[in-house]
This record gives sequence, structure tokens and C-alpha cells, in this order.
Amino acid sequence: MGNSKIRCFLFGAIIIMLFVSIKTQAQNLENGKKIYQTKCLVCHQSDGGGVPNMNAPLDGASNVIGNDIARLVKIIKNGFNERVELDGLYYSNSMTANPDLTPAQISDVLSYIRTSWSNKATKVTTVQVQQAIKGNQKTSAK
Amino acid sequence: MGHMKKGIYLLLLSISIHFLAKAQDNAGLTLPTGFKANLFAENIGSARHIAISKNGVVFAKLNRADKQGRTIIRLADENKDGVSDNITGWANYGGTGIYLTGNALYASSNEAVFKYELDSKDEVVNPLSPITVVSGLISRRQHESKSITFDKTNNIYVNIGAYSNACQEKDRTPGGKGMMPCPILDSAGGIWKFDASKENQTYGDGKRYATGLRNVIGLDWNPQANKLYVAQHGRDQLNTFFPSLYTDAQNAELPAETFYEINEGDNAGWPYVYYDNFQHKKIVSPEYGGDGKKEGASDIKNPAVAFPAHMAPMGVLFYTGNQFPAKYKNGAFITFHGSWNRAPLPQEGFFVAFVPFKNGKATGEWEIFANGFAGTVDGAKITSTRNAKARPCGLAQGPDGSIYVSDDTKGSIFKISYQK
Repeated sequence: MGNSKIRCFLFGAIIIMLFVSIKTQAQNLENGKKIYQTKCLVCHQSDGGGVPNMNAPLDGASNVIGNDIARLVKIIKNGFNERVELDGLYYSNSMTANPDLTPAQISDVLSYIRTSWSNKATKVTTVQVQQAIKGNQKTSAK
Repeated sequence: MGHMKKGIYLLLLSISIHFLAKAQDNAGLTLPTGFKANLFAENIGSARHIAISKNGVVFAKLNRADKQGRTIIRLADENKDGVSDNITGWANYGGTGIYLTGNALYASSNEAVFKYELDSKDEVVNPLSPITVVSGLISRRQHESKSITFDKTNNIYVNIGAYSNACQEKDRTPGGKGMMPCPILDSAGGIWKFDASKENQTYGDGKRYATGLRNVIGLDWNPQANKLYVAQHGRDQLNTFFPSLYTDAQNAELPAETFYEINEGDNAGWPYVYYDNFQHKKIVSPEYGGDGKKEGASDIKNPAVAFPAHMAPMGVLFYTGNQFPAKYKNGAFITFHGSWNRAPLPQEGFFVAFVPFKNGKATGEWEIFANGFAGTVDGAKITSTRNAKARPCGLAQGPDGSIYVSDDTKGSIFKISYQK
């Protein structure tokens, strides 16, 4: 009798936790979308397509859906002012730095970008972003 | 009931076939009555500016090497059916500028201008050993294209774009101040003039002919006025960096893209001012203490014509042919690449405009001449720039008075002609 009550309670708790976690994740993506719209959309466009020769695409871009999270965090934080190749093409525009974004906000916007349009990469956690910022500080201190 | 359904389907099918056929009639373009268009070439690569010989051979400058590693493409129409049938090429440097004067073909990389010699059949004589006319020009990613044109006395005019949006201390920074004076203007942000008969020149050999021009890709000599005309790409992101002064909707319409008649020594005002096409005033940039209303210095050049914001003028051509109706003679065609910085509002441009001139002066009016390059159904707006099927870039006039328009996305060349 007591056992089944506990089982019932545990089951309910798991359901609630799952629900809360799904809801939080949805909120994170919703928040990431808002950040995208205010900080990124003008250059990277509403469909993540970027602008040929000017602003790099995010949709389908190998670096964006790849595993080097630290590099993505660095670009969002510090902006980007280098001539580098992305999937065989070059983009000329400078990217604005976003020093004010918190690790939680960066994880939200990165999760939104990595799971939107044709992108099906993993989401990025706040802990991953915090680790990336620490790592990037070490590399730049060298 | 079944019959009715079938009938409706057939009707819809015939309507769509009708529209498809109509669109393909003119290579998908909408043109004034009497004009027609066809594809002179397709998929030749990132075709920037173009030049055409007396015999009708088209030379296109590619921004990036094509699959065969070529960056200057020669397109001949040997059977004279209006479509290129003999395509060859050479050179290995990306860039935008190309210009033909007599049998000398000039082409630019993002740092230099080279000269080739053509023989009587318009074949290049020295593909591997061009003469370096100018080199060492600043190219720092942004606005790196070195477009070129000539006056009537063999001087070459080269655009050197500013490697910055608005000369902020740190480029593209919210609220960031502009540098005073802007150090970029010493060696960029203007038009430089060189003697095309000299070799191996750099900054010290030429002179800064005009300044305060953020980035000019389209430029041409107006033969009637005997003056240089340039089209400037106005600054970006007033709302992004100064949200307390400009809304998204205001940024989508500010500043105007501007077309100038240039005299030696002219200053178009970048980065200190921009042109507001609603107030018809030169307004102090927010990076330099402007508030959207404060007017700039009075000695700054006024545009001959102002266009809607961010549409990106890419090519200018003064029409001297006899094929088109009289109103086009000595007027200017301008290609508009299409915008990105109007987002989140829909994009604009992706067309060729015509600017009427009277006695060598722009009337101030303009109209859309050729539209539909973006390839959307019923002219629907493009929201993301990459979705435009073609983006007009280079412009040149053929020996029969037709005009040619290049597209640097997939590399189409449209030929537009007039038939009574």
C-alpha cells in the first residue's frame, strides 16, 4: 500500500519535472528567438541565410552546427573582424561585439540558432557557455 | 460536380502556364512596352562589372574564380542569335572592375588595376602578363571592390571604399563615437584619379579626386556633361547602434542611396553626415553628435538624385545608343543589388532604374526600368536577401544599342533590347 503510494508520488514528480524541463527548454528557445530578433536578425536575416559576400549565413553553416562551442561563444561575445573562409566563401562585414549578453542569454540564442531553420544541432547549456568563456579568457591571456 | 472540379483545375493550369510563359518571355523580367530581354549567358559565376567590345564581345569580371579557376570571362555570340556561344576566360584574381577603351581592357582586383591588350578579334594578347597600372590600394574586407571608369583623356578613376560603416572608433558598435577627423579618408572613402598611360602607380602617383564617399561601386563618365557620376552605398544600422534615435522603420528608409555629379575636390560628407531624403537635408551622423535633425556643414555636396535606402547601387551606365526611344538617350541606368539592412522590414531593390537627364543634368526623377530579377511570384517582397534569384550588378551597352545586365549570384547576363 505504502509502496504504491510512493511509486505514485515518484511517477507524478517525474512527470512534473519532465513537464517543467520541457517548458523551460521551450522558454529558453523563445528567449533565444527574442535575442536573435534584436541582436542578430538585421545582418543574419530572418531565415539565418545571411547576405551573400557580406554577412555569414547561420542556417546550415558548418561552424555554426559544429562542435566548437567555445569559438561560437567567443564570436558572439567579442564580435568578428577577420577574413576567414566559411564553407568555401568569404564574408566581408564586421560583426558587432555583444559584451553585455549573460551566459544564460548566450546559451539561449545559440540553442535557438543551432535548432532553427534547417539546423538540427544540439542545444547549448549555460554551463557550456561559462566553461567556454573561462577557456577563451585563458587562451587570450597566453 | 466532377466536371466542374476538372474545369477549375484546367482553368488554374492554363492560367499558371500563361503566367509562366509570360515570365519566360523576357527572361523573367518586367520591362517597359516595346522592350524585350533574354539570357545572353547563365551560370558563369559571380559576374560583377562587364564591358563590351565594338564587335559585341562581352567581358565579365568575376568576384571569385569559377570552377576552371578563371576570373575574367570572355563571351562571344558568334552565330548572332543573342546568346553567347563561345565562352573562354583567364586571370586568377577576384574583383569587380572591368573597362574597355579602344583595344585596352582594364580589370581590377581588390588592390590593383591591370591592363590587357586585345587583338583585332578581341582576343587577349597578354593574359598571363598584364601591365600593372595601379597597385597597393587599401583593401580591408569591407567595401573592398575597386570599380573603375575613364574620362575622355585616358585618366582612370578608381573607387577606394571606406573599410568601415561610419568611422566609429570601433566599427559597428552600439552608441560608438566617430573618429574626428576620420583617418580613413586619407587613403579610402573616395575616388582616386590616375593617368592610365603610366605603369606601376600607387597612392602618391594619383590624386584624391573626391572624398566623403563611403563606398561607390557604380560609377561612369557622363559624356554629355563631361563629368564623373558616382552612386554611393549609404551607411547601415542607424537603429541598431542608436535605438533611442531611430526605429526599425526609420532605419529601413534612411539614409538615401545617393547619386552624385562629381567635380574635382568634391566632398559627399561621409562619415560626418548622411542624406535624409524626407527632410531633403544632409543630417549629422549620430556618431558625430547628430540627433536625426541637426544639419551638417553647408559645403557638402548635394546628390543629383536620391533613392530609397539600402538598395545598393552597383553599376551606372550613361546610355549613348540609338536603339532605345529618345527619352533614354544620355540618361543613366543604375543597377540595384537589393538590400539587407531594411530587415526586419521587407527588402527592396533587385532592379534596374532609369534616371532621365536633360542637357547633361539629372532631372531629379527616376523610374524602375527592369524589374523581376529577384524571381518572386507576382513581385512578392524578398525578406531574406539570399532568396533573390538574381541580383543586378554590372551594366554595359552593346554596339547595337542593347544594354546588358550581369547578376553576381549565379552569373546570368541579361540582354535588354527595344523593338518598335
